Amino acid sequence: MADKVILRIYRGEPHHQYFEEFEFTNTQNMNILSALMEIQKRPINREGKKTTPVAWECSCLEEVCGTCSMLINGRPRQGCSAIIDTIVKQTNSNVITLAPFTKFPLVKDLIVDRRSMFENLKKVKAWVPVEQMYAQSYGPPIDPVHQQAMYKASTCMTCGCCSEGCPQVNSHSTFMGPAPISQVKLFNLHPVGKTLKPQRLRVMMQEGGVSECGNAQNCHQVCPKKIPLTEAIADVGGQVSKQIFKELFSLPER
Amino acid sequence: MARQTVTVVGGGLAGLSATMKLAELGCKVNLVSVVPVKRSHSVCAQGGINSVSDMTGEDDSIELHAYDTIRGGDFLADQPPVYEMCYNAPYILKMLDHIGVPFNRTASGNLDRRRFGGTLYNRTAFCGASTGQQLLYGLDEQVRRAEAKGLVQKYENHEFMRVVQNQDGEACGIVMMDIYTLDLTVLKSDAVIFATGGNGIIFGKSTNSMHNTGAAAARLFVQSGALLANSEFIQVHPTAIPGKDKYRLMSESARGEGGRVWVWGNSAKRMKNPADGELITCGVTGEKWFFLEAFYPGYGNLVARDVASRAILAVTDAGLGVDGKDQVYLDVTHLEPKTQDKLEAILDIYQKYTGEDPRIVPMKIFPAVHYTMGGLYIDWPAYDAEDRLSRFRQMTNIKGVFAAGECEYQYHGANRLGANSLLSCIYGGLVAGAECERYMQSLGKDVLSGSDGAFEEAQAKELAFKQDLFSRGGEENVHLLHEELGKVMIDKVTVRRSNSGLDEALQKLYQIRERYKHIGLSDKGNYVNQTYIFANQFKYIIENAIAIAKAARCRDESRGAHAKEGFEDRDDENWLKTSIIRYQKDLDPHISYNSVDTRYFKPVKRDYTKAVKKKIQVENPPAYVPIVTSRDYGR
Repeated sequence: MADKVILRIYRGEPHHQYFEEFEFTNTQNMNILSALMEIQKRPINREGKKTTPVAWECSCLEEVCGTCSMLINGRPRQGCSAIIDTIVKQTNSNVITLAPFTKFPLVKDLIVDRRSMFENLKKVKAWVPVEQMYAQSYGPPIDPVHQQAMYKASTCMTCGCCSEGCPQVNSHSTFMGPAPISQVKLFNLHPVGKTLKPQRLRVMMQEGGVSECGNAQNCHQVCPKKIPLTEAIADVGGQVSKQIFKELFSLPER
Repeated sequence: MARQTVTVVGGGLAGLSATMKLAELGCKVNLVSVVPVKRSHSVCAQGGINSVSDMTGEDDSIELHAYDTIRGGDFLADQPPVYEMCYNAPYILKMLDHIGVPFNRTASGNLDRRRFGGTLYNRTAFCGASTGQQLLYGLDEQVRRAEAKGLVQKYENHEFMRVVQNQDGEACGIVMMDIYTLDLTVLKSDAVIFATGGNGIIFGKSTNSMHNTGAAAARLFVQSGALLANSEFIQVHPTAIPGKDKYRLMSESARGEGGRVWVWGNSAKRMKNPADGELITCGVTGEKWFFLEAFYPGYGNLVARDVASRAILAVTDAGLGVDGKDQVYLDVTHLEPKTQDKLEAILDIYQKYTGEDPRIVPMKIFPAVHYTMGGLYIDWPAYDAEDRLSRFRQMTNIKGVFAAGECEYQYHGANRLGANSLLSCIYGGLVAGAECERYMQSLGKDVLSGSDGAFEEAQAKELAFKQDLFSRGGEENVHLLHEELGKVMIDKVTVRRSNSGLDEALQKLYQIRERYKHIGLSDKGNYVNQTYIFANQFKYIIENAIAIAKAARCRDESRGAHAKEGFEDRDDENWLKTSIIRYQKDLDPHISYNSVDTRYFKPVKRDYTKAVKKKIQVENPPAYVPIVTSRDYGR
């Protein structure tokens, strides 16, 4: 176990970002966030100067909330599940670089504004259009295999790693990224959710939709929940083609 | 009349349920949350949600669910709300099924159920081992749909600071703070619903999310005179993974699916059996000692949580902890791979954070602070109360302020049963939404008339406190003070309680309150200043901690999660009552007591050593139980 570990943090506000280094003693199973907590308690940088604590966001610390996304040695991931020992061993270096995501507007230090991801969920109508809350009986039975697929897609915590890793998501493009596309697949699978399928697919046909995927397949690599994103993109791409065909020949919705 | 507006503070299961309900009733909602609502703490609930099923062939019943809940809570919960909640559970499940929550299925496609602690029945529906996340997402989707329709306006990354009341004392809005810009703004509305969750962060490390400071409810307690109830009851979950930053929950479902708790036996050691006080030998040297099964043969590894936590501490106190440390084994290595798959989410968490594969090596776990049974006092008129319709369920003692979910005290008594929290959050949220709408209809006036100057005054108070904190130039660091506070709360105010220890804890808390006056902010910036935000919360965290310790000090008995040295038994004659806590400036909080409504089930001693399934009959069941998912609830 490396005793002394150095966090090299790219911090600051828009148009004024800089690196600051912090040194701390590593203990067993310490993760990136527990190191940031130590800095918060004693905000002194490696030069021994008092500084302001680093701003970052976290919530559950168990990788189910999606809050603590950041670049750790350049890779988009959750800070809570980034175990320092493991990183030191893998990189053979006791210097770990932290930086905020680059595909979202910077707020401060490691915090970015990911509101656009929730807006995208609105655009693709990622919901089941139930008529009312009251129901006399349960919904139709669902095959367990089918349920497993839906569950997997539904574990997406809107953390933004997939968008950060995607070369097609950038300041020159309107591509909404892989996560909402996977949600389109999910809700198109649901027996009631699929009543909105044509509407969702029309959003997918537009600018920013599924055709802007460049098939780099990074999304699947970086997804902390291992959601089959590339599979979802391929599926939705197929659904879009069928939809275009249907609309071309004015076939009835099915 | 113009469309009415409600401010809902908190966007977890309870807040989203209330929002959904209000939107369905045609109200507008301001939804205020310190985190994007999809990141609320409800996502951490793993195991499942309880509701009686007629598909398991076990002859389970609403009465049994209610009885298990009440008995699990050591008879401290008022029984009418619990009964109605259990009655409504299947309807809540139906709603969740319809909105697309991906519950696990049986081979024939129906909802699968597992068994949880404190019961002998399979009544817990689940989504893998991340049920809370899936339920929250289901409700989040529906609320997003209402948002797209223009019924909901979200204020995420905003923190509740203060309730604003008109001259008649009715709530008419709040002051909130943008947690990035630190700007203070007001929101005007006809009523306010609190769904702000638990307060595990008071204890430093817990299984809670980092924003579960309890500060919002504590602000209401300190600033506005809201009453708290049963604050001394803090659930310690028996199985969590100790970590430097937090204790990560290892769900009860691990035991529900067959996981066993053990330590290596030691024939030379003897200890008191916590079930009956008899001296027993601590297993056999060189063999695994499944001590929960030995102490409680009836329920085994699935005894109620408070009982399991105390048993684990008794075993580690006897020097039997794994590697001589405060930890015991939770073993799922013997389970079929198919069963292990059902636990994938939590087994992955263990592996990710410890580097060991729990499918091959038994997990090392220890109890950790988990759930706040107590909280804001709320009214809950039973169906047969003469004034049922002139009172409002889930309303705090402040007119027009409702509370639902973990921040309020109903439903769980002295100890919560596993998989009842998701149920109580959704049920309480829906009831609060429905009752809040009825309250607004009943007002027959605009609460904003008569609020002249109230908003400006409230905002000015918050601004003054902000300036006060920024101007303090002392040496104390608020994060280090928090560390000290957490330590004293863990040492003296959780599982091991004694009157002398609680007195010491209170002294220490008063010292911390004094030292807090001399903090200095390590960041004086006016943008994304997390140190300031925490320093502001900390004032209220201290007062809440004092309320917890004081209520525990006063209760001279052992009941549920509250176990006190020297008062080892439950004392129904003197203590079958709800603690009601009122803040008093510069004095100890004032504590009084309300009687408990035990109309359905007579208190009996909890006994988990025998597994006896028996029919439970309620003698005078309510003539009518309203269905909470219906538009007509409470009408």
